[in-house]
Amino acid sequence: MSRRDKRRQGPASAIPTDARNAETAQGTAGEDRVELSRADSKAVRQRSVRLLRTLLHPVRVRFAITVALVVLSQAAKVAGPLLIAFGIDHALPALDDGGWLPLAVTGGGYVLAAVAASWLTAAYLTATARLSQAMLLDLRIQVFRHTQRLSMEFHENYTSGRIISRQTSDLEALRELLDSGISSLASGLVFMVLTAVSIFALDWVTGILVLLSGVPMYFLSRWYQTRSQAAYRSSRVVSARLIVHFIETMTGIRAVKAFRREEDNAARYDELAEDYRRVTVRSINLNGVFQPGLVLIGNIAVAAVLLAGGYRVLGGALEVGALLALLLATKRFFQPVSQMAMFYNSFQSAQAALEKVSGLLEEVPTVRPPRNPVPLPHARGDIRFNGAEFGYGDGPVILPHLDLHIPAGQTVAVVGATGAGKSTLAKLMARFYDVTSGSLMLDGVDLRELSTADLRRAVVMVTQEAFLFSGTVADNIALGRPSATRAEIEAAARDVGADEFIRLLPDGYDTDVNKRGGRVSAGQRQLVSFARAFLANPAVLILDEATSSLDIPSERLVQEGLHRLLGPAENTPDASGSGDAPAHNGARTAVVIAHRLSTVAIADRVLVVHGGRIVEDGSPEELLAGGGRFADLHGAWQDSLV
Amino acid sequence: MANHDTTLFSSLARIGPQLKPIMWRLIFGLLSALAASVVALAIPQVYRVLVNTALEPGSGTGALWLGTAVVLGLGIMEAWLLVLRRQLVIAPATTVETRMRTSFYRHLQNLSVEFHDRWGSGQLLSRAMSDLNFMRRWMAFGAIMLVVTALTVAIGVGLMFSMSWQLGLIFLAAAVPIVVFGFTFRRSYGRASRRSQDQAGDLATVVEESVHGIRVLKAFGRGREALDSFAGQAQELQATEIHKAKSLATFSLVVTLLPELALAAGLVVGILLVHGGRLDVGTLVAFFATAAVVAGPVESMGPLLSMTLTAKTALDRHFEVMDAKSTVTDPAEPVRLDTVRGALEFQDVHFRFPDTPDGTPDLLDGVDLELAAGETMALVGVTGSGKSTLLNLVPRLFDPTGGAVMLDGVDIRRIPLAELRSCVSVAFEDTTLFSNSVRDNVLLGAADHPGLTPDEVLEQALDVAQAGFAHTLPQGVDTLIGEEGLSLSGGQRQRIALARAIAAKPAVLVLDDPLSALDVNTEERVSGRLRQVLEGTTTLIVAHRPSTVAMADRVALLQDGRITAVGTHTELLAGNDHYRYVLASLDTEPRDLDSGFDDELPDDLGTGPLPVAVRTDPPGPASTTAKRTTK
Repeated sequence: MSRRDKRRQGPASAIPTDARNAETAQGTAGEDRVELSRADSKAVRQRSVRLLRTLLHPVRVRFAITVALVVLSQAAKVAGPLLIAFGIDHALPALDDGGWLPLAVTGGGYVLAAVAASWLTAAYLTATARLSQAMLLDLRIQVFRHTQRLSMEFHENYTSGRIISRQTSDLEALRELLDSGISSLASGLVFMVLTAVSIFALDWVTGILVLLSGVPMYFLSRWYQTRSQAAYRSSRVVSARLIVHFIETMTGIRAVKAFRREEDNAARYDELAEDYRRVTVRSINLNGVFQPGLVLIGNIAVAAVLLAGGYRVLGGALEVGALLALLLATKRFFQPVSQMAMFYNSFQSAQAALEKVSGLLEEVPTVRPPRNPVPLPHARGDIRFNGAEFGYGDGPVILPHLDLHIPAGQTVAVVGATGAGKSTLAKLMARFYDVTSGSLMLDGVDLRELSTADLRRAVVMVTQEAFLFSGTVADNIALGRPSATRAEIEAAARDVGADEFIRLLPDGYDTDVNKRGGRVSAGQRQLVSFARAFLANPAVLILDEATSSLDIPSERLVQEGLHRLLGPAENTPDASGSGDAPAHNGARTAVVIAHRLSTVAIADRVLVVHGGRIVEDGSPEELLAGGGRFADLHGAWQDSLV
Repeated sequence: MANHDTTLFSSLARIGPQLKPIMWRLIFGLLSALAASVVALAIPQVYRVLVNTALEPGSGTGALWLGTAVVLGLGIMEAWLLVLRRQLVIAPATTVETRMRTSFYRHLQNLSVEFHDRWGSGQLLSRAMSDLNFMRRWMAFGAIMLVVTALTVAIGVGLMFSMSWQLGLIFLAAAVPIVVFGFTFRRSYGRASRRSQDQAGDLATVVEESVHGIRVLKAFGRGREALDSFAGQAQELQATEIHKAKSLATFSLVVTLLPELALAAGLVVGILLVHGGRLDVGTLVAFFATAAVVAGPVESMGPLLSMTLTAKTALDRHFEVMDAKSTVTDPAEPVRLDTVRGALEFQDVHFRFPDTPDGTPDLLDGVDLELAAGETMALVGVTGSGKSTLLNLVPRLFDPTGGAVMLDGVDIRRIPLAELRSCVSVAFEDTTLFSNSVRDNVLLGAADHPGLTPDEVLEQALDVAQAGFAHTLPQGVDTLIGEEGLSLSGGQRQRIALARAIAAKPAVLVLDDPLSALDVNTEERVSGRLRQVLEGTTTLIVAHRPSTVAMADRVALLQDGRITAVGTHTELLAGNDHYRYVLASLDTEPRDLDSGFDDELPDDLGTGPLPVAVRTDPPGPASTTAKRTTK
């Protein structure tokens, strides 16, 4: 069951699915490519790091506190062994002399250190979670807000599955980094630095040896970085594919079943899941070389320290005790290395994910709200196209040149064959798209200069496929005007004749449409979306084939409701289309697109669209009398009625 | 989402059968992990030997070289064992993960539509992706490390006991409250982790809806509200996650603090023991050295345990779906239909949705309707009367709750599903096209057409459905459409879906208002061609308009869950008030249909004059034997 609304029309809208493999790294284009040129790779990396930095920025204080807690807890842990040494070296002899104080100090100190260490550990665990969750929430909201802002043009090309994949599995990768990464990085670094300092203090020769081990480590890390970068990138790409396929199957399950797609689908999914497994194994295996490789380097360094130190002990240049201490210190120096490797691993994974997320965030909405909007608190509903031209993307021109004036309060029916450009007209008026040249004005203000809030309050469009969101029926109607009271919601439902069926639902207006989704039929969904529009009560109401699923009695109820909403039709002022008739008081402008001409009955004026041009314009009576396309259409429609 | 209170072990045990084939590799993986720890512990022993024997100033270098070689050897071995563990475990673990994922997907495809109506796809997705990912990580790392850690702690504690039973006892005493606390932690953390995973799934569903419903949100300018509600849910998830972290932090606090406190007591007691001469200093040092070794694993117990609990939740969520039974299943003793004639009969069919409250009448409350083979029947009723539901029963997307649907006299529940669905083809009003080329979409369920190449079948189907526009798409009929391809308009999608249903050349065709998005002229042409093509195909078609009804031989009127009248359009129009109410348009009197119209098709996409092929008296079989149920 596809719950998408009527999508972009016509052959003009060539969708570059291949664009996901395009030779660019800008935005989401080319996001399916794994092998990037050096420059592109650098660009997406930087973009990803930049995103991470902007996420860190608002929480930098918390970040610092978390790091401090980690460091302090490490310090508290070091205190324990020192106290044991103190106890054995001092408290014990003191006890032999009858001095109890050192013993008390040792015991008490140990308790204090233990309490401090555990408390600090618990504190940094909580702090890390707070930090990571704050960043995640921030990113989640950013991505959500951005996808809502992106224009229809983008959404018609970018599948929902991909957005879901960006919002779920990609964010999961970041979460892993944040949850475990910060503490292992901070504690590991602190630990290594402190140990290195102590090694140098003891013996600079060993210190140099330890530092030398950094050279192979660096090369190993470089090797790992380039390899894992590609591996994690392809892992993101493949997991997105897997998710897209999954979502498509689950949202279209009826068709899947009806056309027995199960086997083919399962085979395809098996394939994708196997691909996913392969890239997962590849990335894990890379880490499986990287991490033991680091351990190996550490162990070799220990052996080297032993050999070099041993010779000097044999030569009498070094004490045995000092060598032992150096060996232990060297070993300890390399201990956090595997932790660091884990951090680096999740960092690589998160960075690959952020590359994709930042690409999505980099997409610029083509329809943008103005920086300095012209306020229009009380729209009248006067619409004017001035030499407007429109074509999707770089495609051919769909509306060649349009001059049209719809005075406030007029009810206009737009008719014409499928693909004639009626819906394009509607989408332009609702500002789903912007005209490519010329202008489109509401009450003399260009739509592009209106704030989103003003525009949406003034202009509302109801489309053919009515989408219901999870929640109650009342919630769904309230979408039209969230501040509406229950009484207003019910009144809106009554106006469109939806009240009756809603009351018959198990919990009436409080019925959860999701739980009983199968029960609300397509026609009923349309009624609910009509109620939404009635509740929104805009100055301009655009109905794009919004009654197609309704049966005739329901349609009749909606018509009556519309009639009331749109003001008395008998008041038809000047239907010639050229006149600037004053708006009738409180009435609304309505643009009704319908292939069922029943709506025309309440129209003041009819526009016949053909090939993106308005070929007839006049009152229904005039056009009928004129004997043009409309007269023919109307005749055919009349005949279809019986 | 029942069964929240499964125990940890019973939940984890359910993965057992999956693990069986890789059990040995897991065990070897475990052993190599253990061996790696042992090797790591052995290296200091070499130092001890070296220090005690060889490293005297002036002694030979041979022992030093030997010792270094041993250390190096052990070091290489440690690294190699680490590699080995991964090699042994990773590939099989991902295989298990993938197998579980694909069987999850297969199972979901088999579950009935009724299940899918209840479950958001985001929620299902989170189970297919992140839950199974997590399960794999636990299997390959968490479970093994948990065992290794527990063993290390046990061995360490044993060593400590062997050194001094008094000190060992003190240390062990700390374990008692930890175990007790562990139980409460398990419960509270398990619950929180369940909540967070459910919330994450719901959040995915919200994202999915916000994208699928983007037009509505944009048209009403409700992006802000959608964002607020999303943010609200995301914040709930955040709160749960933080609660989880706090719970884990508390547990870690207890797990690390209690042993440390025991050690503090041990230190004091130990010093006293040494003072009293019942313990020597060396043992005391060794005891605390061992305690230091044990401290690491003890500390990691918290995270490992929490990982295990999360894995349990993931498994619970996985099996919750896997345990769901499909309500629409293949028959145990299938009846094979050799040639399907297509006689369709509804016998006292009742249907109610499972969650309908008691006391409400069934949505379909005893539908009796008979379609002769090859007959075209229109189904008419007000919005919400159950027309679509009735249609859904024919390909068994739902099963009736009472009565039966018969095809050629056989209860369709006794026909294998695949066979039934290959002879019943549907076109819904909500059109779903798959991400595929136009060609593949149309030929999806196409039957064998003797003597016709697939291309000809495609042509024919597109032609009947008036979907010739497909040739003007960028790559013609090979243009990718569907979710991942070119977006088509509602009318275009409907026509492709119609072509798909026609190409299947079914014995029974079920059409749910298939022309609703077409303009009058296109509809005229489609219905005209359909009538020719459907000759011999039993067709049940939901109609909202007289124009659609015109395609049918007879019309059935669905009212209050029953078929209250069957007859020709004219008959019903003349004799049935409800029918007139439902179908007679907006005060239009029946017009004289003899007014002439040009019979030629215009080539201007149908804005010109059009032929009118409305038939008021279709010469259908049995057009007057209207079957009335007058209950």
